[in-house]
Amino acid sequence: MLSSLSFGDTGKMKEYHYTGAVEHRFSPYAFNGGTVLAVAGEDFAIVASDTRLSEGYSIHCRDSPKCYKLTDTTVIGCSGFHGDCLTLTKIIDARLKMYKHSNNKMMTSGAIAAMLSTILYGRRFFPYYVYNIIGGLDEEGKGAVYSFDPVGSYQRDTYKAGGSASAMLQPLLDNQIGFKNMEGVQHVPLTKEKAVQLVKDVFVSAAERDVYTGDALRICLITKEGMDEQTIPLRRD
Amino acid sequence: MATTAINRAPFGGFSFENCKRNALIEGEASKVGCSLPSARKTGTTICGVVFKGGIVLGADTRATEGMVVADKNCSKIHYISPNIYCCGAGTAADTEMTTQLISSNLELHALSTGRQPRVATANRMLKQMLFRYQGYIGAALVLGGVDCNGPHLYSIYPHGSTDKLPYVTMGSGSLAAMAVFEDRYKPDMEEEQAKQLVRDAIAAGIFNDLGSGSNIDLCVITKDKVDYLRPHDEANQKGVRTGDYKYKRGTTGVLTTVVQLLNLEVVEETIQTMDTS
Repeated sequence: MLSSLSFGDTGKMKEYHYTGAVEHRFSPYAFNGGTVLAVAGEDFAIVASDTRLSEGYSIHCRDSPKCYKLTDTTVIGCSGFHGDCLTLTKIIDARLKMYKHSNNKMMTSGAIAAMLSTILYGRRFFPYYVYNIIGGLDEEGKGAVYSFDPVGSYQRDTYKAGGSASAMLQPLLDNQIGFKNMEGVQHVPLTKEKAVQLVKDVFVSAAERDVYTGDALRICLITKEGMDEQTIPLRRD
Repeated sequence: MATTAINRAPFGGFSFENCKRNALIEGEASKVGCSLPSARKTGTTICGVVFKGGIVLGADTRATEGMVVADKNCSKIHYISPNIYCCGAGTAADTEMTTQLISSNLELHALSTGRQPRVATANRMLKQMLFRYQGYIGAALVLGGVDCNGPHLYSIYPHGSTDKLPYVTMGSGSLAAMAVFEDRYKPDMEEEQAKQLVRDAIAAGIFNDLGSGSNIDLCVITKDKVDYLRPHDEANQKGVRTGDYKYKRGTTGVLTTVVQLLNLEVVEETIQTMDTS
């Protein structure tokens, strides 16, 4: 349940009370933390997430990655309320199977994105509390990133960060990948190796300052050869 | 006798002039949708233990502002007197100012009595001040020291209640630390054993509580010496970045340049290094 340090109405400090629902109305949502990041390159895409699942001031699980494989060419990263993340990915998997059986082909990244938008908007008045980012290869084999809000608004991006440390990561990506706010710098196209190194460094920095991000980093690298996963450790405090 | 109203300078304590204005601003802000800045809390793990011959106090070093880390290496063990130290959890400014105030008053008191200050005196002063402010000063403290009557350890709550115990924990990570204490505390431990126990208790808070983190500070107080070990244990190293993110000169666009010469002579030069890692 959503919980926070309780300050009474008078402003006096109550006892530290981080996991109870005694004073609050029942809330159907909880915030389980986590950060997701996706980068699109010329012929590859990267979806990365930390693996910490938290609630209030506690950690539920240190090994719960937020990237879910949908097809050979598409990975989705979901952060926010873990219950809704699980349900949403189950629904997407089922819809993918249905599409494959009735149309005799796998869904493309763009099609999955459009479908997800309608699924999310279907729950406009009791939303899935999930921040989604889809990363994959489009029909031409180029990298594609689609970022969503909880009710289905989406757009195609080159790079996007979502989740608890998104505000810390996005400006850094804007600068290093988008070359924003820099003058006289050569716009070199992003290579796979540079992109993976950047993603690792960016998460190491986020883990320093965001309490919800840490434990480990799962990177999914999608190329036409297939999907490659690697896990690297982060700060555990 | 004529009483003249003199505009005298505020002499210590709190000034409540801005309370009405703040209440008005808060009302206006909530209408527009933004909120007033909140006080920085330390979201902490602090603890203390009595061993044979003295006290060991321990604390983590993370200060949080909401759920963002504001200071990765702040000092939570405060000096009260040469034989008494105090760990503070809760609102950072409150713990800092309260311990400084009581430290100052205790020094004057010691000069007046001509004796080394007692831990019970510091405890009394702290609890009387906190009770006077009815919990509005958000300071949760672990006070420990050695005086003529031996080692003493107190925990002090924001509303002014205190407990005198052989082992105490406070802060958001107090449950994690207390779990370790309840498992392994024994009366009359040796110094090394006690240091290891406190180190493990703080480590439990650091790794299992999101409000605590970074390093472990320890303070060992005995009749003869005080060991202020900061840091005692760097439980978490800063992550290493593999890329190079230094910018070349000229990367930031310059719109206008205005140069104003100052005729100064160098009297003293000091260098203060900053963390550029």
